[in-house]
Amino acid sequence: MTGSATRLLLRFNLRRDRLMLLWWVLGAVLLYWSQAVSVEGLYPTQAEFDRAAASMADNVAFIAMAGPARALNTVGGQVAWQASAFGAVVAGLLSMLLVGRHTRAEEESGRDELVRAGAVGRRAPVAAAGLTVLVANVLLGGLIAASLVGYGLAVAGSVSLGLAAALAGLVFGSVALVAAQLTDGTRAMYGITGAVIGASYVLRAVGDVANGALSALSWASPIGWGQAMHAFSGERWWPAFISVAAVIVLLAVALRLFDRRDIGSGLMAARPGPSRAGARLRGSLGLAWRQQRASVAGWAAGLFLTGLAYGAIGDDVKDLLGDSQFAQDVFVQGGGTIVDSFYAVAVVMLALMASGFAVSSAMRPRGEEDAGRLEGLLATGLTRRQWAATYLAVTVAGTVAVVVAAGLGLGLGYQLVTGDGSAVGRLLGATLPYVAPVLLLAALTWLAYGLSPRWAGFGWVALTFCVVVSFFGELLQLPYWVVDLSPFSHLALMPAEPLGWGPLLALLAVAAALGVAGTGALERRDVR
Amino acid sequence: MDTVIEISGLVKRFGATTALDGLDLTVRRGEVHGFLGPNGAGKSTTIRVLLGLLRADGGTTRLLGDDPWRNAAELHRRLAYVPGDVNLWPNLTGGETIDLLGALRGSLDDTRRAELLERFELDPTKKGRSYSKGNRQKVALVAALASDVELLLLDEPTSGLDPLMEAVFQQCIDEFRGEGRSVLLSSHILAEVERLCDRVSIIRAGRTVESGTLSELRHLTRTSVSAELATPPAGLDRLDGVHDLVVEGNRAVFEVETERLGDALDALGRFHIRSLTSQPPTLEALFLRHYGDQLTAEAQEPRGRRQPQESQEPVR
Repeated sequence: MTGSATRLLLRFNLRRDRLMLLWWVLGAVLLYWSQAVSVEGLYPTQAEFDRAAASMADNVAFIAMAGPARALNTVGGQVAWQASAFGAVVAGLLSMLLVGRHTRAEEESGRDELVRAGAVGRRAPVAAAGLTVLVANVLLGGLIAASLVGYGLAVAGSVSLGLAAALAGLVFGSVALVAAQLTDGTRAMYGITGAVIGASYVLRAVGDVANGALSALSWASPIGWGQAMHAFSGERWWPAFISVAAVIVLLAVALRLFDRRDIGSGLMAARPGPSRAGARLRGSLGLAWRQQRASVAGWAAGLFLTGLAYGAIGDDVKDLLGDSQFAQDVFVQGGGTIVDSFYAVAVVMLALMASGFAVSSAMRPRGEEDAGRLEGLLATGLTRRQWAATYLAVTVAGTVAVVVAAGLGLGLGYQLVTGDGSAVGRLLGATLPYVAPVLLLAALTWLAYGLSPRWAGFGWVALTFCVVVSFFGELLQLPYWVVDLSPFSHLALMPAEPLGWGPLLALLAVAAALGVAGTGALERRDVR
Repeated sequence: MDTVIEISGLVKRFGATTALDGLDLTVRRGEVHGFLGPNGAGKSTTIRVLLGLLRADGGTTRLLGDDPWRNAAELHRRLAYVPGDVNLWPNLTGGETIDLLGALRGSLDDTRRAELLERFELDPTKKGRSYSKGNRQKVALVAALASDVELLLLDEPTSGLDPLMEAVFQQCIDEFRGEGRSVLLSSHILAEVERLCDRVSIIRAGRTVESGTLSELRHLTRTSVSAELATPPAGLDRLDGVHDLVVEGNRAVFEVETERLGDALDALGRFHIRSLTSQPPTLEALFLRHYGDQLTAEAQEPRGRRQPQESQEPVR
């Protein structure tokens, strides 16, 4: 009876998850496969490849970011190095989300009660959630391996990489299952699991860089276990058993905890919060900020670290890129030195990432409306325009903060490696003007939302378009008018070129106009 | 006559469906007005038009003497709203939510807030995500009742409350009315409406079908009568307005249209009444009188072909 209920729930889960699974698995496969493609194209001769590999292996920042440097002068070695740590994180996040969706979120919404009231064993929903994670990771690992074999890499190494990713996903999924028993909310569960994933990444970073006893820290990290399988550099399989053992132990703990607690509760009691609102929360601006402050801090920290990583490449750009025509084509578009051109591209990449924050922040109001909280707010003395203004203010301030964090990271990273004291000012100055196109995307999202909440997702379409134009515009030979549609196409390529004020002000003006139009549209329509 | 809500001929369409089809509603100052109708009849849509959240497609709507679409925010400082489905911010505590809503409305009486928290037995330190449906409603009720307003718009505010809290709610509404303030109470709980409301409007498919005091409405329906007589009655079946007559020996049980009650008693008098009980129509009977045909129609029609009533209101 229980078995068939579990099977039914599993089928139901997979049906609910199929789109989410598709995109995550595709994204993960692309992460590995694209490394192979990009490395292959970059270095026309083995000599150049060897030189670049030597330069990478010397760069401590790279090792901290990616993992131990092994066989970097082979395509397989490069894929393993560049993709395995991030791939493990991706698999971990996917598994965490799946566990959250099918355990805590179900309990919070009360749907779980409905299911358990049926002829279903007590453990069936948990078992089904676990099996969903298993299916997801088998798919993820299998397709990663298949895509690499399909590309023409050695079978053993490809399987090793796929297996490492899948095992990392299973370990983090099991951590999530334990966390789901401890907390009484989905967000707290994501917090704990996210912290474990983050700690695993940092532990192996320290371990990989350190020489002495500290290097053992890599063995304390599930990501380190995967990288210890040495894909494409003399595979060894026994570290996989560490992951399997960890999964078994964690699942046993999760089931014991599950059997001990009541439905809807967690083992850790919820902490009471303040009974009165602080002075800062007593207004729409306070509310908008309270809801997004964690997101602003997270994006700013993420982009600071990404900036730091780009900056830490320092002046090694030339060695890394090699003399290939491809690299010249991509990076030396605006004249100037290859180093400046590289940073001009890095700045655009950081700006496009910052747009992820801007678009999601501009979509927050839709979340409020969908959740039915907007009507309660607008039933007070708050006008729609005031409400809109507070959310826009947080989006603008948050966007500036995130872009500044990216620019600071870039400058600091460069300064740390080269000792060039002027780098922070120069690279921050090159990044800051990109606030304009990023805000324009946010304003476009806002306009779409103002017209109808159903259209707010258009912001992501616009951002995807900008990414394609910025990175594949030349390659695809898109016509100029298509390229010009992207707001990122209009700024000078700083720091390779000097800043032009005209385009910057024009972009800001368009963003402001879209923002005003969006608010006007919101004032005229029905609120759901 | 001093009115706080004056709606006439209100029309609201969502695409092809017409949610409100010429609705009329008048709420006088100082009264508790019951707003009755099954799911999908248009109660929530009406309240959302009154709040300026939805734009009317026709008719006139006056709220506190003003246009609710154009002057929404100013009007909202003078009223408080409790939705049927209270959605709280998951990471804000109940206390924080009450303060936030009060600050946005511009009035919150701290003493009253504390008193209401006590009466409703609500813990203000819990996070929004961990409240049950009833407790979420309490948060909204405390926020509304602790504010200094002249009108309450309540959209099925007690559907998640237990009977004890329901009693507290009814006391609060009595006190609120005692201060000369007005309430529009949309509700499914007929006992609650019967207990609280001075006047009632019954709507169906976006239109008002009945409006008035309960005693006015009672005149439109039947009273049940049970009588014990000295001699077996005869000829009762020939009386106008008498239905469902059952005669067993000296006993007679029947229903009579309330306006014909006098004639029926006259007729019974001829057989010497020994004991008599007469029961005024319940609100439920009133309600079913307007929807009874719909119930029978629904029972007969095949399920799949019926237009679900819920579809008239947008899914939130």
